[in-house]
Amino acid sequence: MTAPARTAAPAARGRGPVWPGCAGICAVLAAGLVASVCLGAVEVPPGTVLRIIARHLSGGGPGPWTASQDTVVWNLRVPRALLAALVGAGLALAGAATQTLVRNPLADPYVLGLTYGGAVGAVAVLVTGFAPFGPASAGIAAFAGALAAFATVYALAGARRALAPLRLVLSGMAVTYALSGVTSFLVLRADDPGTTNSVLFWLFGSLAEADWGDLGLPAAVLAVVMTVMLAQARPLNALLLGDETATSLGTPPARTRALLFLLIALLTGIMVALAGGIGFIGLVVPHAVRLLTGGDHRRLLPLAALAGAAFLVLVDIAARTALSPQELPVGIVTAVLGAPLFLWLVHARARDTSGL
Amino acid sequence: MSAPKPAALVLDGVRVDLSGVRIVSGIDIAVGPGERVGLIGPNGSGKSTLLRAVYRHLRPHSGGVRYGGADLWRLPPRQAARAIAALPQENHADLELTGYEMAAMGRTPHKGPFAADTDEDRAAIGEALRRTGTEHLAGRAFAGLSGGEKQRVLLARALAQRTPLLVLDEPTNHLDVRHQFELLDLVSASGRTVLAALHDLNLAAAYCHRLYVLDGGRVTAAGTPEEVLTERLVAEVFGVHAQVVANPRTGRPHLILNPAEPSGGGAAPG
Repeated sequence: MTAPARTAAPAARGRGPVWPGCAGICAVLAAGLVASVCLGAVEVPPGTVLRIIARHLSGGGPGPWTASQDTVVWNLRVPRALLAALVGAGLALAGAATQTLVRNPLADPYVLGLTYGGAVGAVAVLVTGFAPFGPASAGIAAFAGALAAFATVYALAGARRALAPLRLVLSGMAVTYALSGVTSFLVLRADDPGTTNSVLFWLFGSLAEADWGDLGLPAAVLAVVMTVMLAQARPLNALLLGDETATSLGTPPARTRALLFLLIALLTGIMVALAGGIGFIGLVVPHAVRLLTGGDHRRLLPLAALAGAAFLVLVDIAARTALSPQELPVGIVTAVLGAPLFLWLVHARARDTSGL
Repeated sequence: MSAPKPAALVLDGVRVDLSGVRIVSGIDIAVGPGERVGLIGPNGSGKSTLLRAVYRHLRPHSGGVRYGGADLWRLPPRQAARAIAALPQENHADLELTGYEMAAMGRTPHKGPFAADTDEDRAAIGEALRRTGTEHLAGRAFAGLSGGEKQRVLLARALAQRTPLLVLDEPTNHLDVRHQFELLDLVSASGRTVLAALHDLNLAAAYCHRLYVLDGGRVTAAGTPEEVLTERLVAEVFGVHAQVVANPRTGRPHLILNPAEPSGGGAAPG
């Protein structure tokens, strides 16, 4: 028997509208960006900050503020806040994608070996002093290292036909352990304490080197990766259901996963190259956002990126001000904040559905 | 309603090898438009493997799978998925999806990149939920549903795909008796052309127009349930003793099964 087709009400999805949460995250991000530019060792009132930014955006000259205020705001704090937002967005997006790639909500790019691939590249440059590309060498080496780790894990996991989630994780963890050993060895070999310090600072993540010139590339990569992932959002949804079901829904799982892995490697490589090894964002942020959006990538991916941006901007403020004038590596702050947050989320999840 | 036009599925000498071992060898099966065909056979007889070759999870080593004259394995993936919907035997419970979202996945092969849900999509999803009696589960977390509820939502997903063909791999597994009947009633009422692997011989007899018996990767018998489900065949293929009676309500064959030992009062097959 056939009843006339009736349109299901949106409420039938079982989720509230996503825009209040989205608006909230955008507000936090905007407030965080402003606060990040206002706070620091050199006090600049918010009104002056906004006028400095407006003056620069309109291409004007000096105004009624000191040259050092102008430099601190425009050349140091604004690019740093924007870099924090870009890197946070990129890491959260990479984390969300990794969780889909290996079909496990407890994964981030660390389990794929990508983060340590980048670390080995950068640390090798810092320790050996071999810098064929000048100051950009560490970043370029980190990117190359992440791609090399990607190729290794891909070959280990995907050599036989399909790229299966479990093989990906096992291969990735093996590579991560091996590379973390190499990294420790390189750090120990460095006899100059200054080098060791900068290496450690870099391993724990840092946004201190932010510069206007650093922003274009991660912004472009983030935009491209986000666009491709959103174009693939329905196939990514299908991947969640298992390989056989995905196939029956017209999504070739191995091919889709290979593309996704490549996008994650690009994203992680560029973010690690710019900001070092910042953990926990890729794990915690997508997890928290999923409570709001559910597993549908069309909602999850953009919101995870926004939330990641807001999170890292706030973390960077804490890292700069907690022990002011000393600066903490952001990776330490994300770990300190992220671990309890993550545990709380796991408990919230266990109550929410049938549990892990 | 835009009911999909029924069409014929033809398996022509399908052979599937897994890691060098031949699981399915040279199987010919034809499913007529609107027909419900059951695959029965003991564990390891190749039922699931054969179905995987139909919904394109395992490429046949040789032979063809044709639907409406087209080689399914030569179609682009999404086009093939608009012809055949499948209910494989996999269950990933870690999904943050509601019942509605799970059913909505059936629209995947109809949507290109960036395509938003249309009224047609919402109508297909709504109709599938209504037909499977799962509208009240739309807002619930899929992971929190009972086995019977999950299976009905998964059927809703397959119906929302609006394909003429439905491939089911042990759809009644883990369901209690009432839900087994309920699910197969829903499948029958959908009017789809169906190819299903079934463990329960009596359910197969009750719901299928024709049965194929698989044993060791080959078809050993085919025909209507009356033709196929004989004491001799059940003893040979399944190694149990069967007494065939007519179900007093439906008139269809019904098997009373006993262990193969020649003990008890039943007449052992010769």
